[in-house]
Amino acid sequence: MTPSRRDFLKIAGISTLSLVAPAILSPVWAKDKLTIPGGAPLTAKRWGMAIDASKCPVGCVDCITACHGEHNVPDIGNPKDEVKWIWQEKFSSVFPHESHTYLRESQAQLKLPVMCNQCANPPCVRVCPTQSTFQRQDGIVMMDYHRCIGCRLCMAACPYGARSMNYRNPQPFIAKTNPDFPTRTKGVVEKCNFCDERLVRGLKPACVAACTKNALVFGDMENPRSEIRLLIEKRFNLRRRASLGTQPQIYYIV
Amino acid sequence: MLEKALKGSRGYWIWITFLLTVFMIGVFFYLRQLDYGLGITGMSRDVSWGLYIAQFTFLVGIAASAVMLVLPYYLHDFKAFGKITILGEFLAVSAVIMCVLFIFVDLGQPSRVLNVLLYPAPTSILFWDMIVLSGYLLINIFTGWVVLSCDRKEIPPPVWVKPLIYLSIPWAISIHTVTAFIYAGLPGRGFWLTAIMAPRFLASAFASGPALLIILCLILKRYARFDAGVKAIQTLAKIVAYALAASIFFVLMELFTAFYSQIPEHAQQFNYLFTGLEGHTKLVCWMWTSAVLAFAALGILIIPRISRQEGFLAVACVFVFVSLWIEKGLGLVVTGFIPSPLEKITEYVPTGPEIAITLGIWAAGFLILTILFRIFVAVREDINKGGINDL
Amino acid sequence: MKLRNLGKIAAGILIFVVLITFLFWYGQGKSFLQPALSLDTPAIAQLKELRCVEDTVFMRTNHMKLLVTWRNGTVREGNRLYTATDGRIFETKLSGTCLKCHSNKQQFCDRCHNYVGAKPNCFSCHIIPAEVRK
Repeated sequence: MTPSRRDFLKIAGISTLSLVAPAILSPVWAKDKLTIPGGAPLTAKRWGMAIDASKCPVGCVDCITACHGEHNVPDIGNPKDEVKWIWQEKFSSVFPHESHTYLRESQAQLKLPVMCNQCANPPCVRVCPTQSTFQRQDGIVMMDYHRCIGCRLCMAACPYGARSMNYRNPQPFIAKTNPDFPTRTKGVVEKCNFCDERLVRGLKPACVAACTKNALVFGDMENPRSEIRLLIEKRFNLRRRASLGTQPQIYYIV
Repeated sequence: MLEKALKGSRGYWIWITFLLTVFMIGVFFYLRQLDYGLGITGMSRDVSWGLYIAQFTFLVGIAASAVMLVLPYYLHDFKAFGKITILGEFLAVSAVIMCVLFIFVDLGQPSRVLNVLLYPAPTSILFWDMIVLSGYLLINIFTGWVVLSCDRKEIPPPVWVKPLIYLSIPWAISIHTVTAFIYAGLPGRGFWLTAIMAPRFLASAFASGPALLIILCLILKRYARFDAGVKAIQTLAKIVAYALAASIFFVLMELFTAFYSQIPEHAQQFNYLFTGLEGHTKLVCWMWTSAVLAFAALGILIIPRISRQEGFLAVACVFVFVSLWIEKGLGLVVTGFIPSPLEKITEYVPTGPEIAITLGIWAAGFLILTILFRIFVAVREDINKGGINDL
Repeated sequence: MKLRNLGKIAAGILIFVVLITFLFWYGQGKSFLQPALSLDTPAIAQLKELRCVEDTVFMRTNHMKLLVTWRNGTVREGNRLYTATDGRIFETKLSGTCLKCHSNKQQFCDRCHNYVGAKPNCFSCHIIPAEVRK
């Protein structure tokens, strides 16, 4: 009995699938892992930063230059495609709910450095569909640029506008490449990483190290004797949009 | 049955050629986007979602609307919908494929798209969205195709089709609820942070989807000699009317909460939409058009004397579709980003390549829809001629 | 069962078999030069022992897996040190460790990659130090 055309196509399809399936399935299930001996575990702290912008000289951008230079952050040159890890905004933009019309003009116009707040309860980590942004045990919210698919849900989720998307290839826009740190490629989202590559070498973050006025203080929030804890206990400080429950770890001394 | 799509009138082939041309133009511009990056679109650091995600959001609603045919027929034995549930399922297939394509072209690193499956993140709503959309696509492909081929052979469908169809009913609700959750769970965007987001999505879905279906049925009646029946069309029109009323009601509720409480965080986005904010008015014309069209359509639909006339009904359905396309598309997605978290207003205007890619995907969707509907019409003709000629 | 067009079917099957076994018969008898990798860099010239992180055979077959493990370990787990089988400790860096010695990417990395048609996209981000310092 001659098989019908439909049956023939079914058999052909199943045969092809059975030939192809092992090639597709096996990479997932037959991973041979390379075991790496050693590797120091991370200490469980929570990194935070305190910023006293009243110490910033007018027009000083040392922290920005240091960070962007160290991390090969491109200067695209237009606000549409721009990429920035740390930048300045005026007080009334950073703290719109704590400002009012009768605020002293110098206070309202005071330039504050803003960056990723390295939240303890980060919404960006919650929404990432590939966990390419994730939280480390020391509190740093990290980016895995190898896994990011560029969906930009993290950018929508971030209440602080701290994240930048590479809408173009950033490499032509890096003035002076730092060969010790990779660039990124087009199509991934990036942000401040609290200089984890410097922390592991015992160095403070680039912005903190570059600031000559000690306006940026970096330390362990869970060590009650750290410089940052003593500072924020002594001086009144605010966090951005604290009512949203994200528990940001950048404390602005006002 | 696919071979039935290869036979058609001259008009059919002109339409297919047109759609293929638009699609190929879209592909060309997508290759340029792959090369240059997403900067070729109008999206910016502040407004990071634009036309692509707006289309995706709207089309998930169209896909979900198949439930408005399936539920009355399969759960309540509303016989008038018997002939056209398959049309609803095919429309859902085409809409879901468009949704997936829009997400794909919106990704910065599309070659890594499988990372969502390789590294699942159950806390992410986008992960669940991928799961429910894929599931819904499979359900509708299977049920639509199998029921149609059984109709063709004039035998009852196999036993496993019924449970699958019943499953598609809550599943349809879930796809649009999950899409609403993408927006409604983000703490930083006050415009989207409302519990009513999912109900709004569902109401506009059940208005815009059946409206499109009515238009498609009227086109089939005119050009393909397939009559869905007056009762089916009029019932669909009633569904559109009530869903539209609910959708308008929900928007008015949002406006009340925003403007009576007078909390700037809630009110300023509606100001941006309807009056402009600090001189930025790019969406104002669009929103008022959407509002006028919605009320005009509602007026036509709730007066039986007028909605019974197919000419007016078609106009009303076009109004509904366009109005909700604006409101649930750019009106929803772009406004969530304005003003930015640092109180800046960056407006969004789609670029030429972006529009070309968008039209290309719409063409792909309509291509799939045309082919599936062509098969449906051909099978109907076979049945009407009294039996089929197999192989 | 009568088969019409037996001639055309046979011809079609023959063409199919020829095409599908292309990889096996093309190149029979030809000799293909293995790519010659150049180790002529200033950093390697200063090495006492010509040994990479691991031995050559291991690196040839496994350097991709090693790099991926380094990548995930560094970014996702914070492990930045790798202890080789002979006990030496290396920093897990592509540009900083691997390319420090193999600074002649075009005469080293690219030669094999071009030969086998592999296009690793590492270098769309990771900097080639020699090209920057030029």
